[in-house]
Order: sequence, then structure tokens, then C-alpha cells
Amino acid sequence: MRVEIENLSKSWDGVIGADNITIDIPDGDMVAFLGPSGCGKTTTLLMVAGIYKPTGGTISFDGRVVNEVAPKDRGIGMVFQSYALYPHMSVFGNISYPLRLQKLDKGDIKQKVQKVADMMGIGDLLDRKIAQLSGGQQQRVSLGRALVKEPQLLLFDEPLSNLDARLRLTMRGEIKRLQKDLGITSIYVTHDQIEAMTMADRIAVMSKGVLQAYDVPEALYDRPKTLFVAGFVGNPPMNFFDVEIMSTNGEFRARSEAIDLVIPRDRAEKAAAVKGKITMGLRPEDVTFADESSSAGAGLTLTGVAEVVEPLGREDLVGVSINGVEMRVLVDKTKGVRVGNNITLVVNTSKLQLFDPETEQSLLWA
Amino acid sequence: MAQSLDKDTLARAAIGAPGPQRGTLGRRVRNTFTAYGFLGPAMGLVLFFFVIPGILLVVLSLTDLSSANFSDPWTFIGLDNFERLFADPFFPKILRNTVFYVFTTLIFFNLGLALVLALVTTNIPRRSGFFFRLIWLLPRLTPSVVYILMWKRIGQADPFGIYNQLFPEFLGASGGNLFLGGSPWTFVILTNGFVGASFGMIIFTSALESIPKDLITAAKVDGANVWRIIRDIKLPMIKWPLLFIATYQTLSLLTSFEYILLLTEGGPGLFTTEVWALTAYKRAFASYFGNSQWAFGATWAIVLVTVALLLAVIYVKLFKFNELIEEPRIENL
Ligand SMILES: Nc1ncnc2c1ncn2[C@@H]1O[C@H](COP(=O)(O)OP(=O)(O)O)[C@@H](O)[C@H]1O
Ligand SMILES: [Mg+2]
Repeated sequence: MRVEIENLSKSWDGVIGADNITIDIPDGDMVAFLGPSGCGKTTTLLMVAGIYKPTGGTISFDGRVVNEVAPKDRGIGMVFQSYALYPHMSVFGNISYPLRLQKLDKGDIKQKVQKVADMMGIGDLLDRKIAQLSGGQQQRVSLGRALVKEPQLLLFDEPLSNLDARLRLTMRGEIKRLQKDLGITSIYVTHDQIEAMTMADRIAVMSKGVLQAYDVPEALYDRPKTLFVAGFVGNPPMNFFDVEIMSTNGEFRARSEAIDLVIPRDRAEKAAAVKGKITMGLRPEDVTFADESSSAGAGLTLTGVAEVVEPLGREDLVGVSINGVEMRVLVDKTKGVRVGNNITLVVNTSKLQLFDPETEQSLLWA
Repeated sequence: MAQSLDKDTLARAAIGAPGPQRGTLGRRVRNTFTAYGFLGPAMGLVLFFFVIPGILLVVLSLTDLSSANFSDPWTFIGLDNFERLFADPFFPKILRNTVFYVFTTLIFFNLGLALVLALVTTNIPRRSGFFFRLIWLLPRLTPSVVYILMWKRIGQADPFGIYNQLFPEFLGASGGNLFLGGSPWTFVILTNGFVGASFGMIIFTSALESIPKDLITAAKVDGANVWRIIRDIKLPMIKWPLLFIATYQTLSLLTSFEYILLLTEGGPGLFTTEVWALTAYKRAFASYFGNSQWAFGATWAIVLVTVALLLAVIYVKLFKFNELIEEPRIENL
């Protein structure tokens, strides 16, 4: 089912939950709503579910405006962070509840519930009470309850946030596979950008009730349209520097008191319109260590002192102070960087991002 | 079985209590003292306000003590008072009145209206909900005498009563069919019910508000309408408060009589609205001919206390209150 959200807004006397959101979700796609806590993800999702009444804008399912349609008539299934299982009902009672409300035949209900429960791997737990289940099992029951009525649209509100890291990884894969197999259009709310990047076909990045970007994951990563998206997507986050762009002898340089880098002409020219300071972004993985073998050209290196070393397992995340400016860099741990080491860095300037500090919009990707 | 032994050990470990074999005598004594220390205040209250008065009541009910023979030493007369009580020609009527009064008020007001008020005021904007609950609390804050005086004014016969002036045509062709002297039970139950409902209302409101919002959202998405949400989600989730209020209010109504005393004095006529607790009061302190039959009043009271105790036990068993204090399970992830 295609879902079109147009200029959707919600506010409660002065408090803005969602501000003029426009998102078009193609049939069968999984879209992630990504953003920090309180940015309006749940508000938007609950409007799609029909729980909140929009203060403005429209929601259409397959071209039909559903603003006035009750939640029960929207053909949706929903999964919550809290699981929201009915504690006084058994597993069977929970999964069968939507069907019992439809007054289906007892035999049909039994059969459908069993089928969904088997699919979720909880077929043998149907008689259990909810309190007798682990968190992972509860979330499977919750998924089963959402799927049993064969919804046209699945809504997930941070479904994995209450699970431990290992289980989260497993469930992530399972939900994605299930969604692809069943081909159900889905909205997946999360504050975890890795979840969004790995699961979603497209990601809607939100901040303070405003849609910041809506695009495929790679585009958000490589071509962030706003400073917020650049900073929020990617882990560890992008480094930002205040620089001025100068052109000397046909070469473009990004310069500040701390740094001086030669930057590619195609990117620099797009920033030419802005006078004064601009914000330059560099991802931690686009900076490498210079060793004897690498002979980077002049103007592509930075020197500094390692101030923090955080081992991440395969790599170390090193905080380098470059003439007083902090920069995070991902380094192979075999380099054995220690705090206090003097370090020379080679910058992959072809990947750098440039933003207007006033409007916080990208100067490269309009 | 090994499993039960394990559970026992675990439970002990969880509360830091020593195992059966371990622990010195001194430690055990200390633990016992700690336990009684915590129990002490509550046990003191029960002792002074229930057990001791109860014993006095039993002793008193076996004597012939009254204001007429106050100066003489007490005479124990065995079960004479009890025989007199059960032989009383109005005993069946008072019993019927009491059962009718307690359960009608309980079902329609202390539970029914309380639940309706709680459901409605939690479903409108918070401030309005709070305002309406406050209004329903007011009768409870009004002194009983003032409260009943107002009801008497409302319930006066046609054409004086406020009700009959406001709705002259509402009940009966001539109007004014509804007045205190004509429908005393209606007024007895309304006066008690309007006050009684607010307690349940407050308890149910907080219980309803503590139901997670997600659960209601989930039910709506699952396809439940307002009634199904109330029936399938809200009522089961406030099961314990409902059972508690049912129990508590049954016992509380059983022993309450002051509104009836002020409103009808058990009348009009002979024992029309007289309930058990009122009889006990009247026998002990307000008998006619200037004789307060303390011992006989005590007999009515002790029978009432016994019935109340039995009812309490029945409620606790029937509603399985022991499940409420079930041992917590250890989380299995
Ligand atoms: N029912 C409500 N009444 C008033 N404000 C609300 C309500 N629900 C959400 N908000 C506000 O709207 C904003 C967005 O909230 P929400 O959508 O829950 O954020 P998210 O799910 O992204 O963490 C927050 O500032 C929150 O305080
Ligand atoms: Mg949320």
C-alpha cells in the first residue's frame, strides 16, 4: 500500500510535535523515521495510525485520504517499544485479539494464530502468560499480533530498543526478512541510525518536528543536505570545522587558524558564493594515518597530538588535537596509537562536506 | 521435590534470611525481634481498636447491663440477649433492610457510579476531569448534618421540596410523587451513594490512569471500539482495585448508619429504613423510655461484627486476594 504524507502537522497548544512533514512511501517499502528523542517520530507515526488527529495536512493510503478513518479501519498493525501486550491475556489471547474483534470463526482464528505463531517461532508458547515470557519472546508475540490480521501497513515504534544488544541484532535481521518476504509497506521509527541504515529502503531524518531529509541511506551518508543530517547519520559522527575558502594560484584552500588544506575544485567552487566562514565536515574514516610509505601531496596532511584513544575492537577511535581543534579519527589498532603521540593525518578531501553555517544547508547538495 | 527446596533457598537468599540449619540462636532472636518490630505498630492498632473492643463487646453482650441497673453489679445472663435478638419480630425486616441497603448502594453507587465517573473523567481533558471529580468529592467534605439537611429540603413533599418544585410533572400525574416520606429508600440510597461513590471514583481513576497508553493504542489499532476497550482492557486491568472497593465498601456500608439516622431515623413508620447498625446504636444509646440497653445493643453489634468478619473472609477467598501477594518470580530472560 502506498502511503503519502503531505504537509502533516501536529501541535498541542503551542507545543509542536510535527511540523509540515511530507513523505511519500512507495508500496512495499520500509521507511525509517530517524531522529533524536523528542523529534516527533512517534507523533507522526500515531497520526498515520489514526491515534492522533493531525492539526494540518493529509495522510493518504493508496490515494485515499484517511484523516477521518478510525485506527481499526486503516488496515494497520503496530509494534511498540514497550510491546504493549495485554498482561491479563495469554499469548494466544493476545495474538487472537484482533481476529476476535473481527468476530471470525473460532476454528479460523485458531488456525491463523497458530500459523503466525509458528512463523514467529513461538508456536509452542501459546498457552503461556505474558509475564512468563522473555523480552525477545514478548516482542515476537507483539509482532505476531500485528501480523495476524494481515495488515496493509506495519508501524514499528522503536521495537528493539528494550532488547539487549545481541537480541537486537537477531531481531533486526528477522524483521527485515519478514517485511521483505511479506512485502508489507512499513514505517520503522528508531533513534538508532545503524538500525535505520541497515533496515530501511529510505530514511526520513527528523529534528525538532521538522523533516530534515528523506532519501536512500547511501545518499544520506554521502550527500547530506543539512548539517543536522551530516552530524546525525554516521557513527562515529562527522567532524566539523569552521574554515574560510581561499583561492590562490588556481588552488582552493580551506583555512582556519588551526588547519590549512587543499580541497577539490568542484566542491570548493560551490562554496564560492558564501563570504566568510563556512562549516567543513569530514568523516572519521576519511582521514588516515600517514606513515613512511604514503607520500601524500602537500596541503593534504594535518599534524596533531593524540589526546584520547578509545579501543572499539577492530579499530581505535582517536581524538586528535590539531592546533587546539578536536578531530575524531578511526585508526587501525595495529598502529598502536598512544595518548600524547604526535600524528600526521592524510585527508581524503574528495569526501569532504561544506555547509552554510547560517542556514545549516549543504553547499554541495541542493 | 528438589525444585521446591531450591525455591525456598532462593527466597531466603533473596530476603537475606538465614537457612534453617545455619544462623546462631542470637541471630535468630534478632531476626524475630526485627520482624515483630515491623509488625508492631499495625498489630497495636488492631489490638486496641479491634481485638480489645471486640472482647469487651462479647463480655457485655452476655450481661444485662443497661442504664436502668447501672448502679448494681453486672449480672451474667448467658445467651439471653441473643435469644431476644433472634426472637425480635423485626429481626427479619432489619436483616432484609440491611442486605438491600448495602448491596443496592454498593452496586449502583459505590461501585457502579464510581466506575462510570472514573471512566468518564479520565476520558475528557485532564483539567475538566479533575474539576468534575472535585465536585463529586464535595458531599464527602460537607458536615453530615448540613448534607442531610439539604437532602431533607430537597425531598420535602409537594409543593415544598426543591425536587418537586423543579420537576412537578416528572414522576406521577399530580407531580411530587417522589418525596422523603413517600420513597424513603430512594433518598437513603441516594444520600449514601452520592458520598460513597467518590471513594471508588478516586481509586478507579488512579488505577485507570496508570494503564499504559500504549495498551490502549494497541487495542484501538487491533480494532477495539470504546466499549470493547473498557470491557477487554480497562476493567481487567483494574480488577484488583474493583475487588478491593467491593470488599471495603461492603464492610463500610454494613456498619454505617449516621445518614439514615439523620434522614429518617429508620422510619417513616416502624423499621421502614432501619438497618442493623442503626438498631445496635438505638438499643445501646437511644432507646425510648429513657433506658439505654447497653448489653442488648452490644449483642446487635457483636453479631454485625461477626457477619462482617465472615463476609471479609468470603471476599478474600472468593476474589483470590492471596494472588495479589504472590511470591515474585525471578525474571527469566
Ligand atoms: N500528547 C502530547 N501532548 C503534548 N505534547 C506532546 C504529546 N506527545 C508528544 N508531545 C511532544 O511532541 C514532541 C515530539 O514527541 P514524540 O513524537 O514522542 O518524539 P519521539 O517519538 O521522536 O521521541 C515532544 O516535544 C513531546 O513533548
Ligand atoms: Mg517516540
